[in-house]
Amino acid sequence: MSVVTREYFEALADAVCAEARAGERSSVLLKAEASDFIRFNRAAVRQATQVQQAHATVALTQGLRRAEGRVALSGQREADLALLRTELASLRALLPELSDDPWLLLPEAPVRSERHDRGALPTAAQVVGTVTEAARGLDFVGFHASGPMVRAFADSLGTRHWHHVESFHTDWCLYHAADKAVKTSYAGAKWSDGSFAARVAQSAQQLTLLARTPKVLQPGAYRAWLAPAAMAELLGTLGWGGFGLKARRTGTSSLMRLAHRDAVLSPQFHLFEHTAMGSAPGFTAEGFARPAKVSLVERGLATGTLNSPRSAREYGAEANGASPWEMPESLSLLPGTIRDAEAMKALGTGLWVSNLWYLNYSDRQACRMTGMTRFACLWVEDGEPVAPLGVMRFDDSFLRMFGEGLVGLGDRAEFIPENGTYEERHLGSLSTPGALVDGWRLTL
Amino acid sequence: MIDHLETLAARVAPDDARWTLRAVDETSETLSVRQDVAESPQRSRDAGVMVSVAAGGGLGHAATADLSEAGLADAFARARAMAAAVAGRMVFDPADLPAAAERGRYDGTVQRPVNGAPLRERLELLREVCATAATDERIVDRHASLLAVQASQLLLTSEGGRTEQHWHVTMPHVQATAHVDGVTQTRSSAGQYNGFCQQGGLEVLERARFGGEGARVAAEALELAMAPPCPGGEMDVLLMPDQMMLQIHESIGHPLELDRILGDERNFAGTSFVTLDMFGHYAYGSELLNVSYDPTRSDELASFHFDDEGQPARRTLLIENGILKRPLGGAVSLSRARRLRPDLEGVATSRAAGWNRAPIDRMSNLNIEPGRSTLDEMIASIELGVMMRTNVSWSIDDSRNKFQFGCEWGRMIRKGRLAEVVRDPGYRGISATFWRSLAMVGDASTFEVMGTPNCGKGEPSQVIRVGHASPACKFSRVAVVGGHA
Repeated sequence: MSVVTREYFEALADAVCAEARAGERSSVLLKAEASDFIRFNRAAVRQATQVQQAHATVALTQGLRRAEGRVALSGQREADLALLRTELASLRALLPELSDDPWLLLPEAPVRSERHDRGALPTAAQVVGTVTEAARGLDFVGFHASGPMVRAFADSLGTRHWHHVESFHTDWCLYHAADKAVKTSYAGAKWSDGSFAARVAQSAQQLTLLARTPKVLQPGAYRAWLAPAAMAELLGTLGWGGFGLKARRTGTSSLMRLAHRDAVLSPQFHLFEHTAMGSAPGFTAEGFARPAKVSLVERGLATGTLNSPRSAREYGAEANGASPWEMPESLSLLPGTIRDAEAMKALGTGLWVSNLWYLNYSDRQACRMTGMTRFACLWVEDGEPVAPLGVMRFDDSFLRMFGEGLVGLGDRAEFIPENGTYEERHLGSLSTPGALVDGWRLTL
Repeated sequence: MIDHLETLAARVAPDDARWTLRAVDETSETLSVRQDVAESPQRSRDAGVMVSVAAGGGLGHAATADLSEAGLADAFARARAMAAAVAGRMVFDPADLPAAAERGRYDGTVQRPVNGAPLRERLELLREVCATAATDERIVDRHASLLAVQASQLLLTSEGGRTEQHWHVTMPHVQATAHVDGVTQTRSSAGQYNGFCQQGGLEVLERARFGGEGARVAAEALELAMAPPCPGGEMDVLLMPDQMMLQIHESIGHPLELDRILGDERNFAGTSFVTLDMFGHYAYGSELLNVSYDPTRSDELASFHFDDEGQPARRTLLIENGILKRPLGGAVSLSRARRLRPDLEGVATSRAAGWNRAPIDRMSNLNIEPGRSTLDEMIASIELGVMMRTNVSWSIDDSRNKFQFGCEWGRMIRKGRLAEVVRDPGYRGISATFWRSLAMVGDASTFEVMGTPNCGKGEPSQVIRVGHASPACKFSRVAVVGGHA
């Protein structure tokens, strides 16, 4: 039986929920996918893998005691049901060993949600043929992931969530030489050979500029246009401990200065966890329904936080759909007024930063980040691209860059689906415009 | 599971193509206590197989957790279909790959398996360690955790290869956060993302001195919160093993991965400043630099007898007296690279994150060999410098060259003596020149076995466990960056 069908999940859900005894709550979270993974190097295939996987996390709760077990499922229904029942029995045997957990918080009323997106996905052979043909003669290195994915939850209280998507994500670089490349992606639910080939051809046209002699920059402060892909790296780093309730209450958040009004961002800066517009499931691993939108920053001022159930209970706040790590999964920065088509003109003379790479906090308390430029970053003079840049390290405060340093935001927010594949294909997304900043600090 | 799979593989594996079957069965338990409150225990049992089929000029892989005869037969059929889809369009010809006919077994050393102690005792230990960090009301957060993993792997090949390996891994962790007059500082036992992880059972906790770590990290967190920021400028740095592990990892390990050098990772993890022509003569560091690939240490995280392509693993120097000798490349990459450098030698270090990922070139245990200097001698030799411990921030370019690393804890060295503790110490450099500034290498008394459970790479992405052992090392004239640089 396929591990990505509703029928299979309902069988698991019924079995797990039926196991709950008086005074107990049982639940099951299913994560399943059937994925083609094909990686390319130099316009040929490096590795091709087909993965069918399903993991169920079952939880058993008695009062304030709870234990969780995750098992790999085979797709053989009766064998899997037996496995889950055995795991629940093991968890039941553990509960007497535990103490009450005063910060345990679970949904109090049953909720139901459903999302089922169908796609038209290519076969592996089709992708291999299309890519090798479109990339002929190019130094193409890239990755294609495709197939159905399921996230589903059920508990003995009556909650049922079902999230099924069929999607692909293909991203690639066309290399000129060394570290000079144009990065492009093509993602969605309905694959088109023609659309893919057109994008490859379009990105190939940009290689000409990369063939020019690179401009070597000295450390210093520069005016810079940060393209949406670069913004996604900055915002993603900010999400790493910036917005969580626990991080705020323990003083470890990178946005403590913003939260305390010791610093403000530009009034143009409005940031939300916007689940309704994202691609992450609308429910949590504990079965909570996520609110459509959580305000994080408005008019440059800190507004809300991401509250996991555990933090909510500990600190006496409302849970608002956050994971235990309290990191955003559907971050959305509202666009501004700089017309995208005129971004280079608005930049004038400075850096066109297409991509950033390997960001980290260099001083978390000051919200100072460091990272590298990557791929097709350009030197621009009087609104015209002049030369590619050698890679440079930046080290600058996010609060400065998007406070006094923010000139403006692009008028079009780009939707960037999460393409991570650690353990499983990820489902988050981020929406952001480009940004024009002054005084961006390069250090090495 | 293992006997069952051998029997089934004999029935359903193709008899007209080369194939492999790699089965992984991994159980783990994560226990966590924060503010002395135990969170829900999390158990995991993850078992499945990855099969590969080489046929008609293609190589395909397929993964499944369906370990029935029908499930394995289906996986072999999917792998064969994938091989057909890519046939003649690969960057290598699967027919060129070496045979994997080794047979053998590895049993990781474990004296006292973690699950031999009752759950209640394990939780109580964590609660005690966490509680010992509650030394002062200015400690605003404290957390202790224990991750225990038992993993088994069986690799069968069409050439008659059979390797069976078993590991026990234990990862203790404790950290405390202090807040003093508007300054917040977190100190951890060996890194907030786990730097002390070794093979073994409960004995690993003793090697980590876990019982006393709560009080230590709390005291040091308070000390840091009251310390001045690290000053910036050019000076010597003395890096202790729990920072050296990160320095080795990012600026030796990743650049030496052969698949990076061959360009496979350019779309994601990046390329390398190292090129094939450098092996054999390139001065990677000073003459004091000796770097080993060492899968033989029983306590280190990534010790094994065979890599995940079935090749035998032996201790090998990758950099000797500063000269670059070998890359980190397994059989597939090596067969490709030898078209360009026929004399190139690799090491057996193709590894996969689990049953649902195919192997790629990875680090395993990558160590710096001890030198001859005592810690006191190194400190005495420094006119102005900073001793740094415990990585907290890491960033490096996609060629693994320009880096900036930050540490949890720093202590100034002035005129050959240890001076004040400083917070937020960091430094910048360029890999291609940094290792040439290696001025002194600590002796065996400064040597510690560290590791990370979170080395990420690959498309699809894989996170694996890597070991790094190192002595303390002194580097001259480094660009130090402080908390307010």
